Amino acid sequence: MTLHILKKIGILLLSLFIVSTATFFLMHAIPGDPFTQDKAIPEEILKAMNSHYGLDKPLFYQYVEYMKGVMTWDLGPSFKYQGRTVNEIISEGFPVSLYLGLEALTLSILGGVVLGAFAAFKYHKWQDNLLMILAVLGISIPSFILATFLQYLFAMKLNIFPVARWGSFSHTVLPALSLSALPMAFIARMIRSNMIEIFQQDYVTTAKSKGLNTNVIIFRHVLRNAILPVVTFLGPLSASILTGSFAVEKIFGIPGLGQWFVLSISNRDYTVIMGTTIFYSAILMFCIFAVDIIYCFIDPRIKLKESKCKI
Amino acid sequence: MQNIDNASYLFLPLSEEEKENHLQPLSTEPLSFWRDGWIRFKGNKLALIGSYVLLFLFIMAIFAPFFTSYKYYETHLNLKNMPPCKKFWFGTDELGRDLFTRVWWGARISLFVGIMASSIDLLIGVLYGSVAAIVGGKKEELMMRTCDILYSIPYLLVVILLMVIIGPGIMTIILALTITGWIGMARIVRSQILQLKEMEFVKAAITMGASRKRILLKHLIPNCMGPIVITVTLTIPSAIFAEAFLSFLGLGVQAPIASWGTMANDGLSALRYYPWRLFFPAGFISITMLCFNLVGDGLRDAFDPRLRS
Repeated sequence: MTLHILKKIGILLLSLFIVSTATFFLMHAIPGDPFTQDKAIPEEILKAMNSHYGLDKPLFYQYVEYMKGVMTWDLGPSFKYQGRTVNEIISEGFPVSLYLGLEALTLSILGGVVLGAFAAFKYHKWQDNLLMILAVLGISIPSFILATFLQYLFAMKLNIFPVARWGSFSHTVLPALSLSALPMAFIARMIRSNMIEIFQQDYVTTAKSKGLNTNVIIFRHVLRNAILPVVTFLGPLSASILTGSFAVEKIFGIPGLGQWFVLSISNRDYTVIMGTTIFYSAILMFCIFAVDIIYCFIDPRIKLKESKCKI
Repeated sequence: MQNIDNASYLFLPLSEEEKENHLQPLSTEPLSFWRDGWIRFKGNKLALIGSYVLLFLFIMAIFAPFFTSYKYYETHLNLKNMPPCKKFWFGTDELGRDLFTRVWWGARISLFVGIMASSIDLLIGVLYGSVAAIVGGKKEELMMRTCDILYSIPYLLVVILLMVIIGPGIMTIILALTITGWIGMARIVRSQILQLKEMEFVKAAITMGASRKRILLKHLIPNCMGPIVITVTLTIPSAIFAEAFLSFLGLGVQAPIASWGTMANDGLSALRYYPWRLFFPAGFISITMLCFNLVGDGLRDAFDPRLRS
């Protein structure tokens, strides 16, 4: 077990190193420099700016400096917004995105489990069919399209929720809903198929024949085992919520990190793009890592070693 | 015939009369894997509807741009933001371009990107996965760990980063989508082949001295066709989604070329007053993804024996 965790940590660190290195070199492979603009900048000023940001040093030196910065959590200054650092941008935008993301994640897990379980109870009845059609729709409609649709219907036409911006809880409802649709549909489908499978297992029959209360059977035997596999998908699902936030924050004008990321892309603000990419990758990799470890603990049946065979 | 004893009588052909009375005709031809799956697929109404709609989309994407009365870049500055009417079936955008024409041009781009990206994923993924499964040992470990590391980097982040670096365009989108997109396929093919390797027919082939290449091409890959087809069908919508998403963020194809994502992005700013400018492209993205997902689900139910109830 300890070996398994250590191995996972090793892979995590290696991946982070590769991501940072790749991001750094890819960003420096772009032709032109960050100060290339429509207006011609005088030679001396360009030189002064390059030396101020350390861009006149050899590439390898810059790389080592940057990696040192990444390790000590210093992602450098923004090239477009003078006096602002990438750290500041992240610490300003991330709490907003985190709040929105956690709300969406909670909504999708709760909604997914409840709807999935309900569909499993009504297996092959109209409620089940309806829910499964809704689930395919949820998986198929991209979050940014759902977001615009919800904005148009509930904010512009029906005036139930605010159209955009950030502030109160009612501002978060539509964005969280549009972010959570896909994970919710995904979880609902998984829970449903797992529960249908588990209903046919011997231990459920045993539990029934022992005369156990239906609630006990559902909660202790069926639901518990049905939720387990969903845990492994929390990593990819949080990735989809996170990337979805790029567009959704743009649509609803939310001052989160996703909005900053998109803005830095259109501004070609390279240090912010680099820093945010590394930050996002680190968070997602950590999520996947955490899910892996948690899964090992909650499911004793998990096998840590694959069997190997040769041709 | 008198001398013939009972035992050898058994080896004589049956008379016509006996044939009719005793031989039951074989009820049906034995079902092959594909026929069996096809029958199951046909029984799934939603999947069937999905495939008809996709067929319609494909035909329209290929032929509709030839028959519309406008060009996708043709502007009518006196007819800006027209609602859907007889002249412009889907209305016009802020430069007076006909949205009906542009939607079908967008369909060409989206479907092209989806199909190209998933075919390249298919090629690389099958090759990589099967080679990894066959070589085994340390080399396999190394190959799959590389996959794990690449896979742990969020897909859309990689794509966005690459698009920033290599610049917008259809070919660059396909390149960006395939650079890590093949990993899912490689993992599926590898796990399938690891299971198949243990089966008797593969062992028999090894015993008879078949070469690795022959075992791979004749025995292993044909037997994982089911999961491969399902994965391809489900990769296409994710590629279409990624293209639309990139274009929506302003990283996709550039004007005047129309793609559903860029049209949706253009339409977003006018959502309050001219909602059709967003809803037509958005609707097409959603319908296409929905149909691919329905067909993919149908194929999985039909061809994946483990999921049969």
